[in-house]
Amino acid sequence: MNAEAPLVEIADLTVRFRTPGRVVHAINGVDLHLNRGEVLTILGESGSGKSVTMRALMRLLPSRRTEIRGRVQVAGRSVLEMSQRQLSAFRGKVVSMIFQEPMLAFDPVFTVGDQIAETVCRHEGVSRKAGLDRALELFQLVQIPSPERRLKAYPHEMSGGMRQRAMIALALACRPQVLLADEPTTALDATVQIQILLLLRRLQKELGMSVIFVTHDMGVAVEISDRIAVMYGGRVVETGPVAEVIGNPRHPYTIGLMRSRASGGMKGQRLDAIPGAPPDLSDLPQGCAFAPRCPQAGEVCGASVPASVAVGQGHAVSCFQASALVDRADAHVGSGVP
Amino acid sequence: MLTYFSKRLLFMVPITLAVSLICFSLVHLSPGQPMDAVVSADAPAEVVELVRRAYGFDRPLPVQFGLWVQRAVQGDLGLSVATGRPVVLEVMGALKNTLILATAAALIGFPLGMLFGTLAGYFKGSLLDRLLTGIAVTGVSVPHYWLGMVLVIVFSVHLNMLPATGAGPGASTDWAFEAAYLRHLILPAVTLSVIPMGIMTRTIRAMVGEILAHDFVEALRAKGLPEWRVFLHVVKNAAPTALAVMGLQLGYLLGGSILVETVFSWPGTGMLLNNAIFRRDLPLLQGTILVLALFFLALNLLVDLAQTWLDPRIKRA
Repeated sequence: MNAEAPLVEIADLTVRFRTPGRVVHAINGVDLHLNRGEVLTILGESGSGKSVTMRALMRLLPSRRTEIRGRVQVAGRSVLEMSQRQLSAFRGKVVSMIFQEPMLAFDPVFTVGDQIAETVCRHEGVSRKAGLDRALELFQLVQIPSPERRLKAYPHEMSGGMRQRAMIALALACRPQVLLADEPTTALDATVQIQILLLLRRLQKELGMSVIFVTHDMGVAVEISDRIAVMYGGRVVETGPVAEVIGNPRHPYTIGLMRSRASGGMKGQRLDAIPGAPPDLSDLPQGCAFAPRCPQAGEVCGASVPASVAVGQGHAVSCFQASALVDRADAHVGSGVP
Repeated sequence: MLTYFSKRLLFMVPITLAVSLICFSLVHLSPGQPMDAVVSADAPAEVVELVRRAYGFDRPLPVQFGLWVQRAVQGDLGLSVATGRPVVLEVMGALKNTLILATAAALIGFPLGMLFGTLAGYFKGSLLDRLLTGIAVTGVSVPHYWLGMVLVIVFSVHLNMLPATGAGPGASTDWAFEAAYLRHLILPAVTLSVIPMGIMTRTIRAMVGEILAHDFVEALRAKGLPEWRVFLHVVKNAAPTALAVMGLQLGYLLGGSILVETVFSWPGTGMLLNNAIFRRDLPLLQGTILVLALFFLALNLLVDLAQTWLDPRIKRA
């Protein structure tokens, strides 16, 4: 763990959505941190709470129906305590986000160049002309061919890969300290996915950015990240350095994810899918959320939620069965936060 | 763009012809003779025959229609059977009054509809939304001739605040921009504004609700735009649809105010049509409908052009 304070610190985050007649427990006590210059991947299937965690970090969730508790610190500031004015100055400037579907994330009736310039003008108080100049630089940075012409294009006039490059340019417009990428390659063709991934990795190295990358694709996670946090049922179930989590997965869910992955060596073999379905977030089981699908679940698993236990260098897991193998006297940690 | 424009102009020709033909046939399908208004019921057969020939009503129907079209192309809509005045003059005078009434109704109805719709869309599901939607539904559902009569009873009969009929003092038909004339405008304009207000409210509410649910609104907030800038994006996205609805509603206001104009004796095209129907004044009826149809078509063309300009996704070559 670094001596300096982490750039992003999420502690005991809970998010609930109130809808008439039911309450959805989207996030149930998440602890996460991101160091400067680090890439953290949040891995999980849909409904695991990874996108909601991202949105809580920018407070993008609809305030009327959402209840957020816990602590969210970014660059030393408490996001949950900001005023609306502070919040809008913070978004896009300190933290910015790349969305999953660039076609839907751009306003269809403005040119892409204008939308990037708009962000630059908003945060840097410069003219539209200066904003467009900056947009041109960014288009060159993300390697969009004939950038001058593309600036004047509307989102629907670009290809999927080009749009995602433009989205990345938009996110980088004001040199944010933290970049959030919400499944940025999921909506793209496989060949384009790799290009975008390589671009993101190159930009991260060149600009020394801190990135939180959300994906359900383990291959993508391995490709890009330093650390992985696996989420299930609105909780982080396993976290650690990539090599640790992939090479020595301890949580039965992570192990299941590894097994259900298609790879070259498995040709002709049947894929090992995790049985059952993700939990209903409006009616979570009392104990470990994965227990109903877990091959190793015991009596204790249904009774209470397992705490996070260190199982290696920076590697922690929330599982009774996995931590039973570790010497309990070793260390009980809050989840990697010092 | 220019080819699109001329193509659209060309399309107007068959549409206008079809409108005229339908209207022509409808008049001849309905009972009664076009002469009934001019010749008294007990006039001798020779006189009736003479007048029929003078107006050309003795020719076969297709010939009558053909002759009418031929003259209309040259800007001659014939003479009114009932008054003997040129139809063009009658229609233009009435059209001016109807335009005034429709504009006034639009100036009341559209901004209110936009305001209510935006508020209801932004606060969907709230008490305010339910209240405004309630107003909109009432506005659309209430028969406006009935509303007109109720307004007359309240404001003219009981409160004696506003005049009940006519376009100006002393049954003047020539509207002028003066306080006395404006007082005459209030009740019919308010009555007429209720339907476009309701329709605008409901359309804009649905539009705003739909746009706010789009991912790009979240993306706009994520890049740090304050709420009023996000609102500007919503407005530009809603504008093409709102414009189309407004164009259509303005068209309805121009042609569809027959009942309201009759209730308030407003000397516009609606009342002209009403009178023409009751007097079987075929040339006047044909002429009025032709002019209104042309107006409606021109309005639609303008709306389409404006939409193309506002929404880059609509490509019309």
